[in-house]
Amino acid sequence: MSEAATVDHALEVPPAETPLTPESWGKLGMWLFLAGDAMSFGALLAGYGAMRYASGDWPNPAETLGISLTAFMTFLLICSSVTMVKALAAIQDGEQAKFIRFMCLTILGGIIFLSLQAYEWTHLIHRGLTLTGNPWGASLFGSTFYVATGFHGLHVTAGVVYLTCILIQGLRGKYGPNNATPVEIVGLYWHFVDLVWILVFTFVYLL
Amino acid sequence: MTDTHREHPNYMAIFWWLLALTILEVGVIYLPLAKTAIAILLVGMALTKAALVGLYFMHLRFERVTLSLIAITPLVICVFLILMLTPDLTAVVHMTEKTTAPAEAHH
Repeated sequence: MSEAATVDHALEVPPAETPLTPESWGKLGMWLFLAGDAMSFGALLAGYGAMRYASGDWPNPAETLGISLTAFMTFLLICSSVTMVKALAAIQDGEQAKFIRFMCLTILGGIIFLSLQAYEWTHLIHRGLTLTGNPWGASLFGSTFYVATGFHGLHVTAGVVYLTCILIQGLRGKYGPNNATPVEIVGLYWHFVDLVWILVFTFVYLL
Repeated sequence: MTDTHREHPNYMAIFWWLLALTILEVGVIYLPLAKTAIAILLVGMALTKAALVGLYFMHLRFERVTLSLIAITPLVICVFLILMLTPDLTAVVHMTEKTTAPAEAHH
């Protein structure tokens, strides 16, 4: 009995702090995940670059894909990043209604982005650009384009689900000025999705 | 009652910078410049935008140094990956030249 009590007591001792101890272990965990994820995107973009460099008939992406729609999609993700930081600021200030409003706008931005990507993909598939076929030159162009933008789209989909879960918890009143870390963590994920799109837009569409 | 309001960075200023850089990026590709110059400008602006998102929206500027070190690691590894890919890329170009040369001569 006394041994069990000693073990229980030992488990309650908080871990020792070092100068490297983060403010939140959850935030550290998300950053570690994002670092790993960034390397996946880095490998995809490096692979895209390598194949493009080695190919003699790579089409000009800006002419083939059209950039006005994707420029608007970039603008949309930047706007949704702003609404995300505004949602975090609102919950940190204890403004629940404002937090809910900005979270809804962020989710809406993600959904519109996904709808536009689906529209863009459908349009390109109808014009003949598929995973294995490309009417404008190198067939690898289609493969690398769909894999890179599809992997990002998958992240946006996951982000919309994640944001919706946080919104539902927020509606139940789980967050407030003293408990805003989960909102900050979902924000980190969402800003990462925005950051990656900034790079995808430049490397896949503009260069 | 305690005042829960905190100081927040000027997020709207970051938004305007991101928007301006996006418009500039789209405009740059139509400039009558060498392809390399356009590529350098585009990469520079994309990295600036990524840095703005990381530093202000993801709060790296206000966080402990541990998180910045974690954030910078994939960038360093990706640069290393590109450097390691470079010899392979030049090898592929040489191979293509050698294999296509007889076909061109045939025509």
